[in-house]
Amino acid sequence: MTIGDIKNYLDAKVLTGDELLDKEVHTACGCDMMSDVLAFVKDQAVLLTGLCNPQVVRTAEMMDIVCICFVRGKIPSDDIISLAKDRNIAVLATGMKMFPACGILYENGLAGGASSE
Amino acid sequence: MSDKLRFHYEVSGEDFTRAGEASSDLKAKLKLMGASPEVVRKVAICMYEGEINMVIHACGGVIDVTISPADILLELKDVGPGIPDIEKAMQEGYSTASENIRSLGFGAGMGLSNMKKYSDEMKIDTVLGVGTTVTMRINM
Repeated sequence: MTIGDIKNYLDAKVLTGDELLDKEVHTACGCDMMSDVLAFVKDQAVLLTGLCNPQVVRTAEMMDIVCICFVRGKIPSDDIISLAKDRNIAVLATGMKMFPACGILYENGLAGGASSE
Repeated sequence: MSDKLRFHYEVSGEDFTRAGEASSDLKAKLKLMGASPEVVRKVAICMYEGEINMVIHACGGVIDVTISPADILLELKDVGPGIPDIEKAMQEGYSTASENIRSLGFGAGMGLSNMKKYSDEMKIDTVLGVGTTVTMRINM
């Protein structure tokens, strides 16, 4: 699945990263606790979150997450978007709630990114 | 040429939004040096969790990084309140962070256990009322 596919499935807006829409995403993680993201996420992931602060981008950066999708209609501030842009991370925003957003991506073949390794 | 590289970071405890800048800088440096993605990831997670801990529990501190051909050593030193019960603090899910910190996405009680999980060796020296030093080694 590509970031562009995610945008379409979730009817999301692209806040930054139009040039990254062809990038492949292998796994997904839906989470508001960043320490859990740091514990479990695998490569080439999309992070779905309702948390809206710069640490979401920092966490994504540490984990090489390629795309952040803010759910529940949250729109991050410009400094958050520009931090993600600098780090080549696509940012999407959807009005969908976390559960249906995750469900739609799962149904369309995106695996969960949890790993206990 | 020396076979060790050293970096020093000052972590401000006043601005949560800036937490992670040191980790971000080190991660970029390691990538440039050509360290393996696995090592880069492990160091980034260990340092970021440590940096966040410094900001939310200890009003900041200093981080010294030593890179040698065999390993990367992270030393995070703060002059915060210290950890009263290390065994408890190491348990997944145990946290003394405030509601405010939780609402920022941290304080799930995963920080120290993540640091242990991703480092090859971790040591915590802590004295109540004096401060805490966390040392982590990640093999190349």
